[in-house]
Amino acid sequence: MNYHWNWQIFWDSSPDGGGTYLDTLISGLYWTLATAGLAWVMALVLGAIIGTVRTAPNKWGVRLCNAYIELFRNIPLIVQMFLWYYVLPELLPVAMGDWLKSAPNISFITAVLSLGFFTSARIAVQVSTGINAIPRGQKLAGTALGLTLPQTYRYVLLPMAFRIIIPSLTNEVAAIIKNSSVALSIGLLELMARARSMQEFSFQVFEAFTAATVIYLLVSAVAILLSHLLEKKTAVPGFITSGTANTGGH
Amino acid sequence: MFANFDFDVIQRTWYYLFTTGLTFTIKLTLISMAGGIVLGTLLAMMRLSSHKYISFFATTYVNLMRSVPLLLVIFWFYFLVPYIGAWVVGANEPIQVGALMSSLVTFIMFEAAYYCEIMRSGIQSIPRGQVSAGYALGMNYWQTMWNIVLPQAFRNMIPVLLTQTIVLFQDVSLVSVLSITDFFGAASKIAQRDNRLVEMYLFVAVVYFILCFSLSALVKKLQQRVAIIR
Repeated sequence: MNYHWNWQIFWDSSPDGGGTYLDTLISGLYWTLATAGLAWVMALVLGAIIGTVRTAPNKWGVRLCNAYIELFRNIPLIVQMFLWYYVLPELLPVAMGDWLKSAPNISFITAVLSLGFFTSARIAVQVSTGINAIPRGQKLAGTALGLTLPQTYRYVLLPMAFRIIIPSLTNEVAAIIKNSSVALSIGLLELMARARSMQEFSFQVFEAFTAATVIYLLVSAVAILLSHLLEKKTAVPGFITSGTANTGGH
Repeated sequence: MFANFDFDVIQRTWYYLFTTGLTFTIKLTLISMAGGIVLGTLLAMMRLSSHKYISFFATTYVNLMRSVPLLLVIFWFYFLVPYIGAWVVGANEPIQVGALMSSLVTFIMFEAAYYCEIMRSGIQSIPRGQVSAGYALGMNYWQTMWNIVLPQAFRNMIPVLLTQTIVLFQDVSLVSVLSITDFFGAASKIAQRDNRLVEMYLFVAVVYFILCFSLSALVKKLQQRVAIIR
């Protein structure tokens, strides 16, 4: 093996003018966290709505939600990102499309949108699984007590369902952070892209990727720690849902 | 909206897209699935082993792979495989490795971690008594595993394994970032060459959707058929 290791490389200044290589990696981490965080909020809101409607007794609502879920789950994420980034501006009216193409931070906005929609479909599945895991009697009891259906959902079913699915939701948090790396393909300078450009500029392939690996591991260790705390606090005795093992996915 | 849509570009290139791109994607998916399931099953057995170090090694490997993005692993192996190859054959220089070989190593190593978790829950779903019964009949560990536990674990987990394979099939599209001509990579190249981004990307999305949707429907059917009625 004649590879020249140089661990000092992180303190060299990077040619893109953002300080040292280490600084560029850290700023990449900020972009990764910002993208994943915003997309997560979006996915949680959309996913909760879609997942709830999917269990409601409305035939067309259920069909519409199923279609939504199938649409976003059956197209690879990178293809979805390209659709939002390259195809959407072309299909809009010309003025709007041009405005979109020249908007600042457009790759960040696109990444958040596509990641949000992609993850929302997965969360929707979890939410409806959670609602269906609650014994039927609770819904019947709610309506028997004179609550309307929305009230039953609001006060009886959803609080339980969310507590049941927290372990699988924390898996999705880890997944969305990892999936945000796909945004490098539409030019977002997040952590993976920074590591890649560091590798291209400095030729120190393995140092750059080691750094990225370590940062991703740290982030996921923190995420796992926080989610374990949350899981302990919110676990409903007697209800255990398994994580991604039964649904597949990353 | 679709006024200057050019369907001709699809008609011109679909043959190339399917024979070069989609064939690569499917080949990669199938071989990685086979390799990933074998390696994953071994890892699962190691994770459940009573030897502390073996189980620690497997657990670390699986958690490591599951904590980093696939893209990072793709880049790692893309640059690492030539060095590993040189080390294996004893060459001084990093050797040239083809796109298929490099992606194969990547996906087998990466997906094995996910298949491992599936197989682990499959193995754990088999009642402990069956293992004891195997030992009581005089079988050793490998015989018990091969003849009693794994066939049942595998059967229980077939739908989940296949669902994971559909995820793998979608993930293969990520190798296009290395300008490898998988299905999406091939379409991307044509899209840029002919400046027909809209048509090409929509076409790719539609094909992926149809394939993945019908595959998941098949898996659902299979799930009902292989379910063991208890």
